[in-house]
Amino acid sequence: MTTTTTKVAKMNALQLNNAQFKSILQKATNLVALPLIGIVVFLLLWSMAADRIDTSLGKFPGPSSVVTQASTLYDEHVAEREKATAFYERQEKRNAERVAKDPNYQPKIRKYTGKETFFDQIITSLITVMSGFLLAALIAVPLGIAIGLNKSLNTAVNPIVQLFKPVSPLAWLPLVTMVVSAVYVSPEPVVPKSFLNSMITVTLCCIWPMVINTSVGVASIDKDLVNVSRVLRLPALKHVQKIVLPASVPAIFTGMRLSLGVAWMVLIAAEMLAQNPGLGKFVWDEFQNGSSDSLSRIMTAVIVIGFIGFLLDRVMLQLQRVVSWDKAGAH
Amino acid sequence: MQVSLIKRTWNSLTKASKKRAALASVAALSIATMFVPQATAEELGYPEKEELKFGFIKLTDMAPIAIAYEKGYFEDEGLYVTIEAQANWKVLLNGVIDGSLDGAHMLAGQPLAATMGFGTKAHIITPFSMDLNGNGITVSNEIWKQMKPNIPKMADGRPVHPIKADYLKPVVEKYASEGKPFNMGMVFPVSTHNYELRYWLAAGGIHPGYYAPHKGDVSGQIDAEALLSVTPPPQMPATLEAGTIYGYCVGEPWNQQAVFKGIGVPVITDYEIWKDNPEKVFGITAEFAEKYPNTTIRLTRALIRAAIWLDENNNANRPEAVKILSQSNYVGADYDVIANSMTGTFEYEKGDKRDVPDFNVFFRYNATYPYYSDAIWYLTQMRRWGQIADDKSDDWYFDMAKKVYRPDIYAQAAKSLIKEKLVDPAGFPDFATETGFKPEQKEFIDGVSYDGTKPNAYIDSFKIGLKTGDKI
Repeated sequence: MTTTTTKVAKMNALQLNNAQFKSILQKATNLVALPLIGIVVFLLLWSMAADRIDTSLGKFPGPSSVVTQASTLYDEHVAEREKATAFYERQEKRNAERVAKDPNYQPKIRKYTGKETFFDQIITSLITVMSGFLLAALIAVPLGIAIGLNKSLNTAVNPIVQLFKPVSPLAWLPLVTMVVSAVYVSPEPVVPKSFLNSMITVTLCCIWPMVINTSVGVASIDKDLVNVSRVLRLPALKHVQKIVLPASVPAIFTGMRLSLGVAWMVLIAAEMLAQNPGLGKFVWDEFQNGSSDSLSRIMTAVIVIGFIGFLLDRVMLQLQRVVSWDKAGAH
Repeated sequence: MQVSLIKRTWNSLTKASKKRAALASVAALSIATMFVPQATAEELGYPEKEELKFGFIKLTDMAPIAIAYEKGYFEDEGLYVTIEAQANWKVLLNGVIDGSLDGAHMLAGQPLAATMGFGTKAHIITPFSMDLNGNGITVSNEIWKQMKPNIPKMADGRPVHPIKADYLKPVVEKYASEGKPFNMGMVFPVSTHNYELRYWLAAGGIHPGYYAPHKGDVSGQIDAEALLSVTPPPQMPATLEAGTIYGYCVGEPWNQQAVFKGIGVPVITDYEIWKDNPEKVFGITAEFAEKYPNTTIRLTRALIRAAIWLDENNNANRPEAVKILSQSNYVGADYDVIANSMTGTFEYEKGDKRDVPDFNVFFRYNATYPYYSDAIWYLTQMRRWGQIADDKSDDWYFDMAKKVYRPDIYAQAAKSLIKEKLVDPAGFPDFATETGFKPEQKEFIDGVSYDGTKPNAYIDSFKIGLKTGDKI
C-alpha cells in the first residue's frame, strides 16, 4: 500500500519535472531581471509620490528616510543592549550588598526592565504567530481529518466552520481578552496574559483554512487507495496513518500556508488593538507619538512586516515541497 | 507570650532537629532583641514585591515615573520597574484593578470614581499627587477664526488672556441655530480635563450637560449646549484634524502638537482656569498597599525624589527631562513640542509664545502632597455635573477623600527620606500640623472661591450645575 502511494508520487513528480525543465531556464532569467525592474520602478514611484504627500507630521516617508530610520532603529537596539548590561551589573552589585547585610536573602536576577526595541518586537511577534499557528494546526488537522472521513460529521460541523471563518480578529479580541483575564489567574504566570491574548486570537482566526483544506483533502482521496485499505482490512487508526495522512499532505499544507498568511495579518492587527507587545504595538505606539520620525518608522515597520510575511510564506512553501508528493499543489 | 510560643514550638519539634533549632533560635532571639525597638519604629524594610509594572498615558505629566526610572530612583529602593504605555484611561484603570499593572499614572478623579463605584468599582488609593496644572484647551482653526473677533486685544494686537468661554458662546449659538451639534473632546468622564473644560464652558455661560448614572445615562450630554465626548489624549489632534470635534481639553504635548501641526489654537491653560490645580495622581489598589507596605512607601519615595529632580534649581533639569520624555517608549513626541510647555513657556496661536513658568509643576507648592481638599474638589464637580446623582453630606465628602487620598503613606515616605538626608525638609509641609486641607483658594476664572471644608456650600455657589436638592 505504501509502495502504491510513493510510486504514484514519484511518477507524478518525474512527469512534471520533465515538462517544466525548459521553462525553468527561461524562468531563471525572469526571476532576476523582471523583479529587479519592478522594484526599481516601484522605488521611483514611491519616492516621487512621497514627496508630494504632505501630512501634519511632515512629508510622507520615501525610501531614503526608511533606510535612515532602519539604521536608527538598529542603533537604538544596540544602545538598549548596553543599558541592559549596565542594568545587570548594577543589579548584581545591589544583590551582593544585600546578601552581605542580610545573609538569608536569596539573590535573584530580574529581567531587564527597559523598553523593547524594534528587533525585540519582531521576535515577540514571530514567537506569538508561530505558537498561535501551531496550536491551530494541532486542533485543525485532526478535526479536518475527522470531518473529511465522516460525511455526516462534515454536514454537522460545516455550518459552524462557515460561520466562524469570516470573523475578523478584532471581533474576537475583546472576548478573548476578557476570558483570558478571568480564567488565567496565577500569581506567577508562566507566560504573560498579553501573549495568550494575541496567541489565542491568532489561533481562532487561522484554524479555519486548515480545517477546510484538510477535510477537503481527506474527502477527495483516490477511491483506489481507500479500496486497498479496505481489502487489507486496516484498522481505523492504521488507515489514517498509512493512507489518509500521506494522501492528503499536499492539501493539508496548502491549508497551513493559507493559515500562516492569515495568522501573520491577524497578529499585527491584534497587537495593535490590544497593545500587546510586538510589531503591531510598535506601529500603534509610533502613530500615537506623532513625532516627526513617526511616519518613517511606521513605514519601516510596514516593509519589515511585509518582508517577514513573505519569508514565512516561502518557508511554508519549501516545507510543503519537501513533504508533499503532489508537486503540482505547490506553487 | 513570645516565650510560651517558643516553648510550644519547641515541644512539637523532633529530637533530631532540636539541636539545630536551638542554635537558630538563639541567633534569632539575639537579633530580635537587638533590632526590634528601632526596626518597627523607623527602619524601612526591604520591599515585599520587587518586580513592578506601572502604566501611563503618553502625556508629559507622567514625567515623575520616567525620571524615577531613568535616574535610578526606583532601583535605589530595590524596585525593578517596567513602565508601559496604555491605550487609554479605561484600559489603564482596568489594568490596575485586575493586577496586570501594579500602579499607574492616573487622573485625579479616577481613584475617587472607582472607589465610590462610578464606572468600574474598586478601592484605589493614592499616596502621591503627580503634578499641578499642565492642561490646555484647544479649538480648531475654523472655530478660532470665528471666536477671535470677539476677544479684546492688547496694544500689540495679541488677544488679552485669559480667554473666557464668553467669546466662544456666540459661535456655539450660531452652530445651534444651524442645527449642528457643537462637539468637543475630553479624555475621560472623570478626568481633570472634563471638569476643567466644563468649568471653563460653564463660566462662560455654555452648558456642558449633565450625567444621570442612576438612569443609565453616562454620556453627560443632558441639556448640553456643547457636547463633550471621550477621545484618548494622543488621538486628540488627529480627531480635531478629522473635524469630528471642534475643540478639546487635554494634557501636554497634545495642545502644542496642534500648534506645530497647524491644525488648532490653544486658547487657555488650566493654570488660568484654576491656578495651581492638582492634576494627575499615582494610583494603586488598597489591597496592594496593604499587602506590600514597604513597596508602597518605597515607590512613593522614588516618585518624590523624581519630582524634586524635575523642579530643582528653578527647572534646570527640564531640558534633560524633555529629552527623556521624547523617547519613543515614553511620550515620544518631538523634543521641540514637549519642550514648548515643559520649559516654562506655552505657545498659543502660532508665534504667540508666552511665559507660563508654572505650567507644569511637579514639586513646588507641595504639589506631590495628596491633599484631602483636592480630592473633595473633584467630588464636588462630580456632584455638580450629576455623576454623583444624589445629595451627600459634608461628612460623606470628607470620608471619601480620606478613603482614597493617603497623606499618611506620603508622610512616612517623606520622613524616611528626610531622615536619610536624601531630601531637604524645607520642601515639604509640616507633617505635625498639616490637616490635609488647603486654605481657601480664590484664583478661579469665574471668581468663585473654594473652601474644601464646606463642599455643599461650594456646590451651591455655581450658576450652572446641580445644587442641593437637585436630581436629574
